[in-house]
Amino acid sequence: MSQPAMINRYRWHELVAIYCGIFVFLAFILAPFVEGFLVSLKPLGLLFSSPYKFWPENGSFAAYKSMWVSVPGFARYIFNSFFISSIVTVIVLVLVVPAAYAFARFKFRGSGALLAAFLAVNMFSGAVLLIPLFRLMRSLGVLNTYFAMIVPGVAFLIPSAIWLLRTYMMRIPRELDEAAFVDGASHFYTLRRVILPIAMPGITVVAITTFIGSYAQQFIFALTFNSKTEYMPLPIGLYAYFGRQEVIWNELMAASFVGIAPAVILIFLMQRYLVAGLTAGAVKQ
Amino acid sequence: MSVQRSTVIFAWILLLPALLYVTVIVAYPLVDTFILSFTDASLKKTTNWVGWANYNKIFNETFAEVIFRTFIWTFFSVSIKMIIGVFGATMLNAAVPGRALFRVLTMPPWIVPMAIGIFMWGWMYNGQFGMISGMLQNWGLVDGPVAFLARGETAFWATIITDVWIGVPLVTLYMLAAMQAIPQDLYEAAWTDGAGRLYRFRRITLPLLIPSMITMSMLSLIATFNSFDIIWILTQGGPNGETTTMIIDTYRTAIGSKKYGEGAARAVLICIFLSIFCLAYFRVTSRLASGEHR
Repeated sequence: MSQPAMINRYRWHELVAIYCGIFVFLAFILAPFVEGFLVSLKPLGLLFSSPYKFWPENGSFAAYKSMWVSVPGFARYIFNSFFISSIVTVIVLVLVVPAAYAFARFKFRGSGALLAAFLAVNMFSGAVLLIPLFRLMRSLGVLNTYFAMIVPGVAFLIPSAIWLLRTYMMRIPRELDEAAFVDGASHFYTLRRVILPIAMPGITVVAITTFIGSYAQQFIFALTFNSKTEYMPLPIGLYAYFGRQEVIWNELMAASFVGIAPAVILIFLMQRYLVAGLTAGAVKQ
Repeated sequence: MSVQRSTVIFAWILLLPALLYVTVIVAYPLVDTFILSFTDASLKKTTNWVGWANYNKIFNETFAEVIFRTFIWTFFSVSIKMIIGVFGATMLNAAVPGRALFRVLTMPPWIVPMAIGIFMWGWMYNGQFGMISGMLQNWGLVDGPVAFLARGETAFWATIITDVWIGVPLVTLYMLAAMQAIPQDLYEAAWTDGAGRLYRFRRITLPLLIPSMITMSMLSLIATFNSFDIIWILTQGGPNGETTTMIIDTYRTAIGSKKYGEGAARAVLICIFLSIFCLAYFRVTSRLASGEHR
């Protein structure tokens, strides 16, 4: 009984080593955020002065106010980011839930190859397929609309969503389907009334990871397929601002922090699901 | 028999929407890329068949350099990601107070919009006023300001470090999950036999992690080979093309210069390399799997 506890007992120098290791690791991960936050507090004069000072001596939140004037479309960019990611998530779920169920439950000729083909989509980034996608978007007439960012975005999020959800659904006991079937339920009824309610936690995880994937990776399609300011998602809106000759860094950093805040809050509330989803899809075959 | 058949039909109905979507948005463009690579497609109205001309044109010294650079860039980025990721996972796997919080703190680079993380690095690399150059000067390690993104050698490493930073959370959490899947009784048995912590790590954890490491390296290799945002935002492939990888080169040719045909030929080469990686991966994993059965 005491064994598992004993095995995890650390001597003091081991503890010191572990905490040092964690500190170094997290310092690398968090350094840009710490620096970014301090920059957002520094007045521009202090920012552009030598020698370098780490702490903002007369720091203030002024940049958080002035950025709304300097980046006029800011609120719109955040809305666009959320809007695009939400629509993408909904479309992905509509496409992936039935497909994942089919892969989890039915063996038919070619099902293995088909699953592999879906996963192979992950191999290609949007950048490789950009030229035909550009022509496709043009002939569909959706260039410079939300759809130019939504339509290709969905395709590249389908593979991992299928993989994750399939893994989850395979763990639902097969007897449930069979019982429903014996009672005379149709396949469709079984899926809707038996499987979907049980699979809800898994679907939630997939929804969250898809949303984050879409939110975090809005760049290349938005950069190439849309040039209208009113449809730009946050990263591109800020990139346009960032690309100017004279970058007002404290405002850019303030805008970045305000822009990521809603997503970060959402994600920290959901982090338990996130890790669960990642590990479920990744490790157990 | 008919039940069997209706099941198969049902399965296909379920798959059809996703299948159609991926066919139109991924498979068709992929085929189109191959076709375009043999044409002189551009903004012109007419498009002519040019055979292998695009391929002949790109096989010159500059392009060989780009390919070589892409491989070096990818190699270092993936290796550093794996080393830091396994290190981080090992630290976070230790049963010490606060570990739940530390795990959450690992996630931000992965969940924050990539471009925003890259802006922050852009500032850190700033030579006059950025943190890294500033700290190095304050500590007396360098004499004057170092503009990391303005010099080829440092820009190359700067883009790698940023790519590592974005990739590390996923590698760490994946390796952590793999470590936690190792049966605890192995450790207890070794502990009972008097094996020390380092010995247990070397003889139990590391060997059992190898399959997960291979999988993660592979996923990471594909993502890194395709990496676009980081280099584009930080340097756009400069200075003097010193950070131009194949993806950046393709984007510049196709979207920048509107030479769709030549860009497509470059994209085809990227696809070929990616396919080779995948084949190699399946060879290795199937060999590992057969080794386990022996």
